[in-house]
Amino acid sequence: MPALEIKNLNKIYSNKFEALKGIDLNVNQGDFFALLGPNGAGKSTTIGIICGLVNKTSGTVKVFGNDIDTENDAAKACIGVVPQELNFSQFESCLSIVLNQGGYYGVSRSVAMERAEKYLKKLGLWEKRNECSRNLSGGMKRRLMIARALIHEPKMLILDEPTAGVDVELRRSMWDFLIDLNQQGVTIVLTTHYLEEAESLCKNIAIIDQGIIVEDTSMKQLLSKLDKETFIFDLVESIATLPDLNGLSSKLIDPTTVEIEILRKDNINQVFDVFTSNNINVCSMRNKSNRLEELFLDLLNNNNKTD
Amino acid sequence: MQSLFIPFSTIVIKEVSRFTRIWVQTILPPAISMTLYFVIFGSLIGPRIGTMNGFDYIDYIAPGIIMMSIINNAYANVVSSFYGAKFQRHIEEMLVAPIPNFIILAGFVTGGVVRGFMVGAVVTIVALFFTDLQLHSFPITIAVVLMTSIVFSLAGMINAIFATKFDDISIIPTFVLTPLIYLGGVFYSIDMLPEFWQKVSAFNPILYMVNAFRYGMLGESDISITHAFIMLIVFTITLLIVSLQLLNRGVGIKS
Repeated sequence: MPALEIKNLNKIYSNKFEALKGIDLNVNQGDFFALLGPNGAGKSTTIGIICGLVNKTSGTVKVFGNDIDTENDAAKACIGVVPQELNFSQFESCLSIVLNQGGYYGVSRSVAMERAEKYLKKLGLWEKRNECSRNLSGGMKRRLMIARALIHEPKMLILDEPTAGVDVELRRSMWDFLIDLNQQGVTIVLTTHYLEEAESLCKNIAIIDQGIIVEDTSMKQLLSKLDKETFIFDLVESIATLPDLNGLSSKLIDPTTVEIEILRKDNINQVFDVFTSNNINVCSMRNKSNRLEELFLDLLNNNNKTD
Repeated sequence: MQSLFIPFSTIVIKEVSRFTRIWVQTILPPAISMTLYFVIFGSLIGPRIGTMNGFDYIDYIAPGIIMMSIINNAYANVVSSFYGAKFQRHIEEMLVAPIPNFIILAGFVTGGVVRGFMVGAVVTIVALFFTDLQLHSFPITIAVVLMTSIVFSLAGMINAIFATKFDDISIIPTFVLTPLIYLGGVFYSIDMLPEFWQKVSAFNPILYMVNAFRYGMLGESDISITHAFIMLIVFTITLLIVSLQLLNRGVGIKS
């Protein structure tokens, strides 16, 4: 039984905007799943329908086998959601926000208190438990929403751009927290604009664009489709011109920086051979952009061309 | 049942702590404005008016003034709380949870009822400084307060469901509720009106509430108490069905 099963899901808003055009999606139990797409692609609409915040036009959604139309309460009980926008009362304390959410899910006060302590401590918010939520920093507010989403210990956690606007250090600690949660068996569905985040965390991925799923595969398989990578080489000394790199597409960005496009069939060693024979020393080398980012842009470009 | 009681009590506790936390905005103002009503209409103008339907004027208007504060506060509590939850989007905390809509409705309405009772009690205590209140029938008095609070909490909920901006939650209280209260027999008996306006007044729901409450306290009413209770039951059931239907359809809260 999949954790999430979506069939032929459509959504047409009252202004006639067709946000989802018959999408199908399966997320397995225990998966760490990425749902990617540009702004307005339909990610938040999909999540909204799963969580009960958006009415679907047609199609079926099952959460751990529970149809959201006929077994809505059972489906909701399986889900914890961390939305894109802040959606808690600005006038309540962190602790009461988390405890109240437990109450809405039918968790008794004593159990909710134990869990609130556990998750607020794990997310570094226990010291701030009595602080009014509006006084928290942006990163703390995002972590508060994660703690709130976990208070009923859901089987599936849905995070809609959880690290948007969060600094690098905090983002990394949130990644560790999510990995740990996933290892404990919680299915995680993540939308993010940080493709490095999806590549680092997720096992499977779907890409949605203009309300259509344009790719639904494993992260490994998707990355294997990458037929070329662009590398940046930083040189120790300046050079005036670039030697011939056996026909590889290359350009000298500045006297100490070279950009080289390497196809999957090519061997990167040949670049070093040429550099060595020309007495050019390389001090560092990196991808020009994230690998998933290149694929993501290719897929979206292809989808736009077929329209 | 236990699984429904926890979410229900959570909403109620949250609602009650919300309005008690800001008691200066919620409990104190009606106490002050109603004190002014008693001073001006009761102590200063009242003796010049004399009696109304056999009661001193201050005794006659006291039930109406208490009922006015109950109506205003039950309505204001739900409309501001539910619209505030929509505006700040924390209504989504309830919508994503497995809470039936009738429990959400019951939670907010109970919050409105509790505020109605608390403000009603405060205004009653204020009234005792100006006159000796009578109590003709305790069960009728409590039943009327309860049903009136429920009716106006439900009305506040419907207003909040449709509201899309803060103006929308002040338009109805200002342009509909206040005129209906003032024309609902708080300060006068409808027997004083020409026949035509007596018939028009029969369409004002507040007339039935004020008179039923006055009957509970003084044993005097322009409307038969049975008729008043039937109207209260009709209003309660109608608004209950409408507000539950709106919540079930997700009007104003789901896209």
